[in-house]
Amino acid sequence: MNENQFNKLKETLRVSFPEAVLSSDFTYQFPAFTIKTDNIYDVLAFLKNDEELNFHFLTDLTGFQTADEKQLGVIYHLHNMPKNIRVRIRTYFDINKPEIPSVTSLWPGANWMERETFDFYGVKFNGHPDLRRILNVDEMDIFPLRKEYPLEDQTRDDKNDKMFGR
Amino acid sequence: MSKKPNHITPPADTIEKEYSILNLGPTHPATHGIFQNILKMDGEIIHEAEPTVGYIHRAFEKLAERRPYNQITPITDRLNYCSSPINNMGWHMTVEKLIGCTVPKRVDYMRVIIMELARIADHLVCNSVVGVDTGAMTGFLYIFQWREKIYDIYEGICGSRLTTNIGRIGGFEREWSSDVWDKINNFIKEYPKALKEFANLLERNKIFMDRTINCGPISAKMALDYSFTGPNLRAAGIDYDVRVATPYSSYQDFDFIIPIGQSGDTYDRFMVRQEEMWQSLKIIEQAVKNIPKDQPFHADVPEFYLPPKEEVYNNMEALIYHFKIVMGETEVPKGEVYHSVEGGNGELGFYLVSDGGRTPYRLHFRRPCFIYYQAYPEMVKGIMLSDAIITMSSMNVIAGELDA
Repeated sequence: MNENQFNKLKETLRVSFPEAVLSSDFTYQFPAFTIKTDNIYDVLAFLKNDEELNFHFLTDLTGFQTADEKQLGVIYHLHNMPKNIRVRIRTYFDINKPEIPSVTSLWPGANWMERETFDFYGVKFNGHPDLRRILNVDEMDIFPLRKEYPLEDQTRDDKNDKMFGR
Repeated sequence: MSKKPNHITPPADTIEKEYSILNLGPTHPATHGIFQNILKMDGEIIHEAEPTVGYIHRAFEKLAERRPYNQITPITDRLNYCSSPINNMGWHMTVEKLIGCTVPKRVDYMRVIIMELARIADHLVCNSVVGVDTGAMTGFLYIFQWREKIYDIYEGICGSRLTTNIGRIGGFEREWSSDVWDKINNFIKEYPKALKEFANLLERNKIFMDRTINCGPISAKMALDYSFTGPNLRAAGIDYDVRVATPYSSYQDFDFIIPIGQSGDTYDRFMVRQEEMWQSLKIIEQAVKNIPKDQPFHADVPEFYLPPKEEVYNNMEALIYHFKIVMGETEVPKGEVYHSVEGGNGELGFYLVSDGGRTPYRLHFRRPCFIYYQAYPEMVKGIMLSDAIITMSSMNVIAGELDA
């Protein structure tokens, strides 16, 4: 994808959803848009079903936590195979109310990816047919990829490395 | 011919019908890995399947958030352990994309050679195991010595065999020895004979064809909806290959074709993998022939690439970089990249977010197995248990990649 195609896509999204696009960037030659959570399903459905854009393939869906630990996000990577264009769609929402519409009705393959995101970040996908943990045990009561659960045991002090400040 | 056998249907309300539950797995010799499938069986026909995954989940994404970039390479080994070098190279290329490093053409070609060898090793395991599951042990026993030869090549390059940790960010750890080149040349010369023999055993074998044709098919539309990639998608008739769509590591320099199937059944998946092995051989041949001889085997990225030991002892700067790399103190620029490579069984993607520190802020592996395995219950609905086994082995579901 080049700069022109990115600007065209940006313009198309701005015209179709004037309020929804919060920001956009084109770093590393990869178009990315941040979309309001309220509009996320409509935007993704538009990107998938629009004949011109035709982002028919869901490459990846994953969770994210912002650095201030107050917001969670979901990152979608879509792919238009005939034209070979990819796009990244991000959306961020409050960590205390992590609810977002499920896209399983658009892509059945989103099923396990959303379950994985729920498993690790606790994002609730409304309308998901079977939202359970997938890789972790069902009894687990935390969402392990959130930053509030550091990897190392915080009660140990022999691992404190004062010289390098880790 | 449909694979569904005709059952005698009793008149309604004459027999009380009950499904039996069968636990296939978690450790079952026929599934080649830790998979559990809870099957609701109607006699020998699968009525419903419910896969449980996560038995060897090792929290790679969480681990990666605490490790410097060069220490993440061994993690990627353990994704698809049948073709670790592809994962390693994919990771190196992701980091190179993030730090904006371009590697010499020679490194690209060396990477292509090692990645295609890994692809052959991966497909060879998958296809010979399909043979085993249909009852043909011979092909497996004969062809496996060739995987051994590929592993010998890995060993000559990096010292290890299965979990390779091959290469570095920026290139390779050392120049390949003449012994390695001899082994590669020997492999190119000898392997076609073995592969031809293997193909003769199975490809037009009436028993094998009857067993696999129309077994566990998937339509192109369904495959796309379920985000299939790799040989399984190509067997369904979609000619998508990352090596061609988004060439990385100079794949645009090579002449090869993408084989596609038609019906996406077990036989098509088998045949697509067979043909891909021939194409991989063709790529390796071209790479060996055209590799630039007078270029270094690594890029000039001192912050990521360990300096030679002699320099560490004699040169202040080299010592500093050595220390920084070994202690994991190298800071990388802020950024967000997605890089994908054509792995053994699909598009292996790395979604990497860096906040400028010494470790990734977030690293997500797009694991093709995990994504296409969810279509398995739908693919095996209404077929026999023994067909479900070969459907699974022909899909090449690798437990390490599935569970990450």
